[in-house]
Amino acid sequence: MDLFQYDFMLRALVGALVIGLAAPALGIYLVQRRLALIGDGIGHVALTGVGAGLLLNRSPVLVAVIAATLGAIVIELVRSRGRTSGDLALALLFYGGIAGGVMLVGLSDASNASLNAYLFGSLTTTSPADLATIGVLGVAIGVTMLVLRPALFAVCHDEEYARVSGLPVRALNMLLAVTTAVTVTIAMRAVGVLLISALMVVPVATAQQVTRGFRTTMAAAMMLGLLAAGGGVLVAATADTAPGASVVLLAIASFLVVALAAAGRRALRRHRTPHPAPATEPPEVVLR
Amino acid sequence: MSERQRANHRPGAGMNAPVIEVAHAAVGYDGRPVLRDVSLTVTAGEVVAVLGANGSGKSTLIRAALGLVPLVAGSVTLFGTPQRRFRQWRRIGYVPQRLGAGSGVPATVSEVVASGRLARRGVLRPPGRADREAVAAALRAVGLADRAGDPVATLSGGQQQRTLIARALAGEPELLVLDEPTAGVDAASQEAFAGALRGFAAGGGTVLLVAHELGPLRPLISRAVVVHQGGIAHDGAVPEPAGHHAEPDHDHVHPHCDEEPAGLWSM
Repeated sequence: MDLFQYDFMLRALVGALVIGLAAPALGIYLVQRRLALIGDGIGHVALTGVGAGLLLNRSPVLVAVIAATLGAIVIELVRSRGRTSGDLALALLFYGGIAGGVMLVGLSDASNASLNAYLFGSLTTTSPADLATIGVLGVAIGVTMLVLRPALFAVCHDEEYARVSGLPVRALNMLLAVTTAVTVTIAMRAVGVLLISALMVVPVATAQQVTRGFRTTMAAAMMLGLLAAGGGVLVAATADTAPGASVVLLAIASFLVVALAAAGRRALRRHRTPHPAPATEPPEVVLR
Repeated sequence: MSERQRANHRPGAGMNAPVIEVAHAAVGYDGRPVLRDVSLTVTAGEVVAVLGANGSGKSTLIRAALGLVPLVAGSVTLFGTPQRRFRQWRRIGYVPQRLGAGSGVPATVSEVVASGRLARRGVLRPPGRADREAVAAALRAVGLADRAGDPVATLSGGQQQRTLIARALAGEPELLVLDEPTAGVDAASQEAFAGALRGFAAGGGTVLLVAHELGPLRPLISRAVVVHQGGIAHDGAVPEPAGHHAEPDHDHVHPHCDEEPAGLWSM
């Protein structure tokens, strides 16, 4: 294809595909434990890392990985303590993160354009070194999430049961938090800090409209993430739109299509069987 | 002979060996005492019911025994090992009161039950044939074999409770700990549950369960412990239902139980 005769377009496509595959593999656990927006929060913290990196003339992505990881650990500690103030503590961290990022970027010599690149993604400026980082970390994230699926499923599904099963619950929770931070920072280059959560969550939301089990949901979400990422880059290249926004809008469009189709199918099924079969069990009695 | 039965036939692990020893345990939430100086010993092969009114601390007692709630004072010993140093979790099957708030991500019945194999298999080893067979056997034991591929969220409350019991049975434990397994469960599920528990006890398993009302479980119980106001008020034979609870047409629907001063198991 003509569009991909340029190396930078090819790198953009490969980077997006790796992230499209890895982000939902992690996101399904976050959705399952009702932390769908955690990626967004960690992204805010990562932005402070970007600002610090620009200010100190260090690699912004590297400093952002460190900042996001620290932020993720703090969030996980707050969550596992289960304090009622956890909600507020998270809010402080999120807003502190984004304000710190904006301020530090302002103090550095970097322009507003470079801030935008991290906020909304700048896939077409992906360097070969960036692509190598995305590739290695993306594959590592995907493989970890697949190999540990039974254990992570158990922890996210029923944490107390996992503890009584003798699973290393604290270590697994920490692993999820740190993996989220790493995913956010590598995906920052592709879709940007403000849109990364979408790529973790929306494919999962789409998949679960039609799936029955956790394993099939995970597989379908990863496929949908791959399609949205690839399709988004293609749309961006042909229509000259922002790649990050194109990827996310494509993912949301497929959610709408699948959700409408699933609702239509349910309505059709109800229409065909106007009288639902009688329940096989007597109505439940409240015993307490 | 199943693995569980083999374990029970090991020298030193026979009948009368203490499985759970709670000694002088005290538990409090935010400084408010829930249990004071409670001692309870469950030995191998027993089927012990912990009874009591809502808020009496009966669920807290078993949660403290499993280490889910920290002790303020006292000690817990599991299979002869202090609870803090206990690592043989494969010997225990835990059945919580209900499935945690649904997350929206679908999971099939067999996927949930397969979690019960993790204590035996470990985190990294992929499931093998023995795991799949144990999951299938546990689903048969609770009468849900035909629902294995269905999403848990489409099951009735009683069937979901049976799924959690199958999850515990799948690990082939020596001890089952159940928190109000029959609360809000339809009659068919209560019968299926009693059958599964009967099979487990007949295989030499030990059972500790918390209940508000025993129903079809009553003939299985070898000993009853009544918790009242944070202490143990009775330890021995299963008490007979008192007053209007004993009437055959009493269908036991409480708006909330605090209105009943002494509770169902008053003596």
